[in-house]
Amino acid sequence: MSFYDWLLFFHVAAAFALVAALVVFWIIGIAARNVDRPSESLRFFRIARPANVLVIVGTLGTLIFGIWLAIDSDLYQVWDWWVLLAIALWVVSSATGQRGGQTYGEAQKLAAELDAAGRGDEPSQELAVRLQDRRAMWLNVVSSAAVLAILVIMIYKPGA
Amino acid sequence: MRIFAAIRPDDWNFPLLMHVFGAMILVGGLVAAVTALLLGWRRDSLWYSRLGFWTLLLVVFPAWWVMRIGAEWIYSKENFDEDNEPAWLGIGYSTAEPGLLLILIAIIVTGIGVRRLRRPDATTSALTRIGGVIATLLLIAYTIAVWAMTTKPD
Repeated sequence: MSFYDWLLFFHVAAAFALVAALVVFWIIGIAARNVDRPSESLRFFRIARPANVLVIVGTLGTLIFGIWLAIDSDLYQVWDWWVLLAIALWVVSSATGQRGGQTYGEAQKLAAELDAAGRGDEPSQELAVRLQDRRAMWLNVVSSAAVLAILVIMIYKPGA
Repeated sequence: MRIFAAIRPDDWNFPLLMHVFGAMILVGGLVAAVTALLLGWRRDSLWYSRLGFWTLLLVVFPAWWVMRIGAEWIYSKENFDEDNEPAWLGIGYSTAEPGLLLILIAIIVTGIGVRRLRRPDATTSALTRIGGVIATLLLIAYTIAVWAMTTKPD
């Protein structure tokens, strides 16, 4: 196996990690849509822990190994427009994903505080509002759509 | 093979996109199911096992079909010599086909385990644990398949 093959594997593995994390977040988002009890929301946040690691590994890995691949390959360059478009979409996906994730991070903090105060099984309107924040949901929709668009670009390589 | 992949005909792109997209959702669903089922070993077994079961049924199982249909579609276009197929293709088949059977077994044993956990005296279930182990093995197998599909070893 060549060096290029290994770079390609790490690039694709990072993409799988990123999409896997997004799938986990969507499963949690859909399953937790009506949750208002801190104890129950903390269960969902526990499931999100591996995905929180995967999303960082995937986000950084796709960019680093992707650029490295473009530098290593004679078939395409970093300044090819489809590569630049993918990088622009990566920025959009990362920025919106991070901003959307902040709201859920605040909800997790609130749920942990309420649980520690012995109010884990009491419904909390404040927690429900944060978990069902429409702005955060739309930011995640944009982030996921950008990742899907990157995948389409990577397969079709328009202009290559 | 690398140059071949870079200049593949345009009409191969959609089947490949379908195959890769299905595989990504499949792996993501398995990550969620494995996490839920393994968390259920220690606490809140019914709650976590139920989420693991529904994830296997509603995400992993349909994603397997998207991945597999995309794979067969692109295979039909590539015209491989049946007597001399590349090793990576064999690895793909050997993980995909038994994978469906294992997914079905994991769904069934986890589903039965969840039913048993609903009993007032039940705290843990060996069946949901077996489901978690199967899902973990599937995740490892599909990671190897991703390596084989990407690097295409001889």
